[in-house]
Amino acid sequence: MRFDSRLAGFNAEQTRFDRIMRRIHVDIPLFAGLMTLSGVAMVVLYSASGQSFDVLLRQGVRLLLAMSVMLGIAQIHPRHFRFYSPLLYGAGVLLLAAVLVMGEIGKGAQRWLDLGVLRFQPSEILKLAVPMTVAWFLAECPVPPAFRHIAVAGAVIAVPAGLIAKQPDLGTAILVGAAGAIVVFLAGIRWLYLAVVAGVGAALLPVVWHFLHGYQRDRVLMFLNPEADALGRGYHIIQSKIAIGSGGFYGKGWLQGSQVQLEFLPEKSTDFIFAVVAEEFGLIGCLGLLGIYLFIISRCVYISLQAQDTYTRLLSGALTLTFFVYVFVNTGMVIGILPVVGVPLPLVSYGGTSMVTLLAGFGILMSIQTHRKLVPG
Amino acid sequence: MSVRAIRKLQGDNRVFRARIAFSAALMLMAAGGLVVRLVYLQIVGHEHYATLSQDNRVKISPLPPTRGIVYDRNGEVLADNLPSYSLELVPERIENLDGTLAELQELLGLSDEDIRRFRKLKAQHKTFESIPLKMRLDEEQIARFAVKQPFFPGVQINVRMIRTYPYGELTAHAVGYVSRISETDLKTLDPAVYSGTYHVGKSGIEKTYENLLHGKTGHQELETNVQGRSIGVLNTVPPVAGADLRLSLDIALQRAANDALGEYNGAVVAIEPATGRVLAFVSKPSFDPNPFVYGIPKQDYDRLQGASDRPLYNRALRGVYPPGSTVKPFEGLAGLEVGDLTADRRVSCPGYFQLPNSSHQYRDWRKGGHGAVDLKSAITQSCDVYFYKLALSLGIDKLSEFMGRFGFGKRTGIDIPGELPGVYPSKEWKKKRSKHPWFQGETVITGIGQGYVGTTPVQLARATAILANRGRMVTPRLLDATQGGTDAAESESRQPAGESLAISQEHWDTVIEAMVDVVHSARGTAKGIAPGLDYHVAGKTGTAQVFTVAQGQKYRESEVSKEMRDHALFIAFAPAEQPRIAVAVIAEHGGHGGSVAAPVARAVMERYLSGGTP
Repeated sequence: MRFDSRLAGFNAEQTRFDRIMRRIHVDIPLFAGLMTLSGVAMVVLYSASGQSFDVLLRQGVRLLLAMSVMLGIAQIHPRHFRFYSPLLYGAGVLLLAAVLVMGEIGKGAQRWLDLGVLRFQPSEILKLAVPMTVAWFLAECPVPPAFRHIAVAGAVIAVPAGLIAKQPDLGTAILVGAAGAIVVFLAGIRWLYLAVVAGVGAALLPVVWHFLHGYQRDRVLMFLNPEADALGRGYHIIQSKIAIGSGGFYGKGWLQGSQVQLEFLPEKSTDFIFAVVAEEFGLIGCLGLLGIYLFIISRCVYISLQAQDTYTRLLSGALTLTFFVYVFVNTGMVIGILPVVGVPLPLVSYGGTSMVTLLAGFGILMSIQTHRKLVPG
Repeated sequence: MSVRAIRKLQGDNRVFRARIAFSAALMLMAAGGLVVRLVYLQIVGHEHYATLSQDNRVKISPLPPTRGIVYDRNGEVLADNLPSYSLELVPERIENLDGTLAELQELLGLSDEDIRRFRKLKAQHKTFESIPLKMRLDEEQIARFAVKQPFFPGVQINVRMIRTYPYGELTAHAVGYVSRISETDLKTLDPAVYSGTYHVGKSGIEKTYENLLHGKTGHQELETNVQGRSIGVLNTVPPVAGADLRLSLDIALQRAANDALGEYNGAVVAIEPATGRVLAFVSKPSFDPNPFVYGIPKQDYDRLQGASDRPLYNRALRGVYPPGSTVKPFEGLAGLEVGDLTADRRVSCPGYFQLPNSSHQYRDWRKGGHGAVDLKSAITQSCDVYFYKLALSLGIDKLSEFMGRFGFGKRTGIDIPGELPGVYPSKEWKKKRSKHPWFQGETVITGIGQGYVGTTPVQLARATAILANRGRMVTPRLLDATQGGTDAAESESRQPAGESLAISQEHWDTVIEAMVDVVHSARGTAKGIAPGLDYHVAGKTGTAQVFTVAQGQKYRESEVSKEMRDHALFIAFAPAEQPRIAVAVIAEHGGHGGSVAAPVARAVMERYLSGGTP
């Protein structure tokens, strides 16, 4: 803080602004990064949606709502997150079970819980509740955690992930599982254990394969060999690659992408929106977009390094890495280096519920950053 | 905060920082991977993908598979693919589609319906696909178009394989037919599998085994330039032809059965009792399935649909007829097995039957009655009074349950779609359909296969086969073996050995002997077909009432118009000792089973067992 006080004389105006922002618990760089990303997203979405103001308006309203959730959560002190982590987790798992039971009755895939006025996917809660709860548990354990601690954490992760996979929503199940696993990793799991877990996981793959639904198997197989089904499922990947490749270095220009505008590219405003960026804005546009993501992620890494206790460290670190995983899984899928799992590009893809969850996560990060005790040197 | 806690915090932090550093490195590597891939696609592969994108239109062209051939048991082709020249248009390449269509119509003499159908097809396909306007061009049309071809860019003559049914009417109800994929079909078909295929099985074997027959669509990835011209094939995945099917049907027998029916409408179903294989499956009148393949003109279709003898109706599968006296052997078994009947108990038949406290007379077909008859002679002479009493003493529910074991009132499960279950009534059944209770009189007429009872010819044939097997159940089946197709290996289609009905041998003997007497004894109702047979036939005649004769009046065949005349039925199997064929015959409005239906069954059995003409 010595450094800060020297700055104070240098630019008093900005310091006051900073102080106000700190008082209302907004982290300026993170907020700026998110706003830039959302702005870019609107531009891309306008093109991807076939120039629909209607779509823009709806996305804007969602964004506004999600931003208010974020700012609201930022006001809460991290110790409350910690206290409520297991409760949130318990509630989330119960809701998942409820959805599954209702789905059984309704005969078919059911992810939504309909509360009359409100309709939401309980799996979204778990995207936050799982890392929160694992962090809550492992924060109290010695470092490195003992085998039994790992086992408990594993169970905490596996139960909701399993329930979500059963819905069936493989993409979300993997993301929830990954979020929990990242906490375990950050908590200092021994490399040996990590290797064992990875080995067991690899050995279990055939078992998992056995339980996958037909369409899920198709997706994996198609990824391994998209040309095998060029008329059916492989079509997504082939068209996506054409869109990206034909974009070249500078892109074809906004609203000029033939793949996008002539509807060759499927799911272009949702899961495959990255291909729209690639076709219309080229390599430059892609690098720019990835740059914004990296900026946001590095700010989050900074926040987690600054965090002052084990729980907030683990949680902020996990939220950061999970966000990266989202970005990587989606872009990797669109450019054809990962299988097609229905994961949207965070904050850019058109669609509602995941945006609220994501920004809620950023709210937690802002809270962690702005509620720090400013201990002298 | 204790020193220990602070130390733990610091230790935690050290590990945490190391892990974050490790993760950051991983993330940078992953991001690097993304960038490398993007560079690869957008810089290195740019030209390649730019070409593909510039003309994305003809990128993937489907290669339709050849449909499997359908053979009869002796290798006679029942459904074949023949090359046919079709005029096809690629709408995208045609500037003035309406003008072109009008010119083509003028040039080749196409009907308005051809044009209408084309427009419908066009709506279902992408504009870069080649869509047939007219199939089966004749020589003159080909020549005319060939001269003018340069003036019609985007129009071409293609060779397509067209399904043909060489036996036409004879196999229409068994083999069925394929027809153009309709909008309703599109809802259930996988468009990826059917891209490039214009036909799908609509009925019969063609429908049941659509998945086997269709094969697997291949495709070509074509590299194209800006004008949409193919400049090279990038990749070809050849189609896999559909499986060839061998049916158990014997086309010679089928023809014999069809011819034996003569001028009568009706149905003949012949089954190999041991296996359930269907040897003949005739529904008459029939129709030529070939026009359905390339699109039957509407007025022709309307004529078929509206014809009073309903040629499109599959009588063997969906015709529900009163079985009449053909149920008597089965009911006799019911009396022996679940009733207190003994084979030699005699019942007196005065020529009519009255329920207690009722004046209504249930008549026997023979006015003076049969005298005192036991079970065997009741079957042989088809005594109605005996079976009125038998049904009444068993009660409808017991009877209905027992008849259900032989498949009465149930679908047989034959591999032709659309089968009807028919009816064998019970009290429960009537309760569901009517507000009236079950009346005893209804039990009485059920005893002679009248009233609510309705059976399909295939059901009767199966019941006869089970009788011939002395209780072993079989499911009628046309598919014998498949060859080729996506599974590659030849596979015999076998069905699991059916369960057997638990009925004592002695009772089988009684009933089957009685059925042999139907044909071979002097008093048998089908004794007319016995001369010249060098094996025993077990049979049963039946006459199904279409028209109700008022009380106190007599039914005179000559007085009743043809539409009101009784249906003639006959079930039989032969040789009686070691059955190789079971037959059910229905001749609509044929009058008596013994004189009309029995000779048809004889002709079929003779053809099959002696190989000669009857």
